[in-house]
Amino acid sequence: MESILVLTHADESGSALTKASLEAVTAGIDLASRLSAPLTIGIIAADAATAASSLPSSGARLLAISGEAFAQARYASDAAAAEALCRAASATIVLAPGTSRFARIAAGVAHRLGGFVDTHITALSGTDNIEASRWFYRQRIEAVLSRGARPWFLLLDAGTHATYAGEPGPAQIENISVELPALRTTVSGFRAPTQGAQTIRPDAKILFVAGAGWTKKQPDGQAHVAEAGELILGFLHATSASLGSSKSLVDQGGEGNSVLPFLTHLNQIGQTGATPRHAKGLSTCCHGEEPHVVGWRFIGSRRAISLDPNCGWTRGKADVVYVADAFPVMAKLNALLEAAKT
Amino acid sequence: MANVLHIVVCAGIVPDPLQTLEPITTPTGPGLKNEMVLPAVLDPWAASALYEAAALASKNPGSKLWLVSLGPKAKLQQVMMTVAQKVAFELVPLDGPIGGFPDAHSTAAVLAETIAALPGLDREKLLLFGGWESATRGAGVTLQLVGERLGITDQFQGVDQIDLRDDGSFEVLERVEGGKHQVSICAGAPAVLGWATGNLAEPRNNPQVGMANMRTIMPALAKAKVAKLEANGLSYSSVSLPKQQRTTRVVKDMTPDQIAAELVEWIGAE
Repeated sequence: MESILVLTHADESGSALTKASLEAVTAGIDLASRLSAPLTIGIIAADAATAASSLPSSGARLLAISGEAFAQARYASDAAAAEALCRAASATIVLAPGTSRFARIAAGVAHRLGGFVDTHITALSGTDNIEASRWFYRQRIEAVLSRGARPWFLLLDAGTHATYAGEPGPAQIENISVELPALRTTVSGFRAPTQGAQTIRPDAKILFVAGAGWTKKQPDGQAHVAEAGELILGFLHATSASLGSSKSLVDQGGEGNSVLPFLTHLNQIGQTGATPRHAKGLSTCCHGEEPHVVGWRFIGSRRAISLDPNCGWTRGKADVVYVADAFPVMAKLNALLEAAKT
Repeated sequence: MANVLHIVVCAGIVPDPLQTLEPITTPTGPGLKNEMVLPAVLDPWAASALYEAAALASKNPGSKLWLVSLGPKAKLQQVMMTVAQKVAFELVPLDGPIGGFPDAHSTAAVLAETIAALPGLDREKLLLFGGWESATRGAGVTLQLVGERLGITDQFQGVDQIDLRDDGSFEVLERVEGGKHQVSICAGAPAVLGWATGNLAEPRNNPQVGMANMRTIMPALAKAKVAKLEANGLSYSSVSLPKQQRTTRVVKDMTPDQIAAELVEWIGAE
């Protein structure tokens, strides 16, 4: 019989579980119910008792590791904590959110326990046998896989499950002690891109993708890069959208300096970039095919503004393609959005 | 003061990203149609790791750089004809299967065993580099597993920058959620760094570097050990291309005002 452990961790406050962790809790409850298996939730946080207050109605056994050492996301301390939770739970299936914090340690912990790990899981299915869906070749091929070996660690992609929202209240937790190795790494903080405003917003409803066409010569024979930058930032300001970019646009500046100064490699989507999840996506001046198809795999409703009516990317991939010059369209769109705000 | 580093870069080879991929079933499990004839490149994020490693090694005289790569020998040779012209390294090839479907744990075991046996490697000076994810399996676990097998408990993933200090410690920037970097200070080697794009452009081809590299690459390829990968209980019940095709409405006759108005409505709709 399977035994399920969901690993969770706190956000930067140290006392509340991350959204991705709560999504993993939902997945754990669903799986435990389907397999009639016992469920344990493990919490790693500076203040795990407070973080657990969102979980009492889950019906799960709650294990916790608390302390200042766990306020920071660091391989040595996080791996030791996760290993201790797994040993205490004796789980055969370990679910965890695919956050940067757990993506850093999951494989190492699985190895310590003699187990195996699969990541970027988008769905769990099966009743007798657990089957996990994930993508290969940068979201171009989808596979359903299973493993006979245990323990089996499964890292779930963010946005693939509903966020757990049980009745909050005081929770009964079991504190687990952990012996930390010598810590050689100190986390000193976070750094946002130095150039301009923060433009990557994973929780945004809409993804705005800028392509290299923004920097090309316009009908007057001149490039209007500064104006392009203002239009793009204007849209982000008006809609709180997240900004994605094609590789070709980011690369134009070379040596890490984009021709549009607020763009970095972190904005890049596609083969060598991210494949974000947003409800809507608006693409502008993109003319590539496969890289953009890959980058847009998990976008719900997709629209594009492109001068090329025959662009291979648009056919069968976007819901609506406006064959138009993005400059006047975006200028008008921004004006309408700003007017609607006032 | 320069620090002597022993940098090992793990890098696989992948189909050129612009190739059309079609999954098939082979006697050993899932694979790609015409996999062996698809043009291949060095895995993009691992290539970033290689360029960053070379830059770091060149700033720290006495440092050594190995490139450990697992793939079919013939494909490795083909890819190395290009990669060898970029930066100087010592190739440690492993003749094994290509592709994203073999088990990462088996791959890691073979890589760790090979790295542990590298002649002249000082593990106290070891920086283990690679891509934070591959363009094939994309699991982001192989490097971690290699590090764990080598007993390295300072690991960083999604690395975009490393600044080495005189005392051997380094500041490292890792990608985290929300388009930010987590900044950490590590006391020094040994450490694992899974690279994202980094900050360096792809080096220009340098035929002299290429010729110097090829003198050691060809004998190394000739002596490449055969690596067999265990399945570790991993099985696939389906491997397929996504079938979703959208019915695209192509709008050619609307003015910018009309398009903007329609987009405002679309953005505001739930």
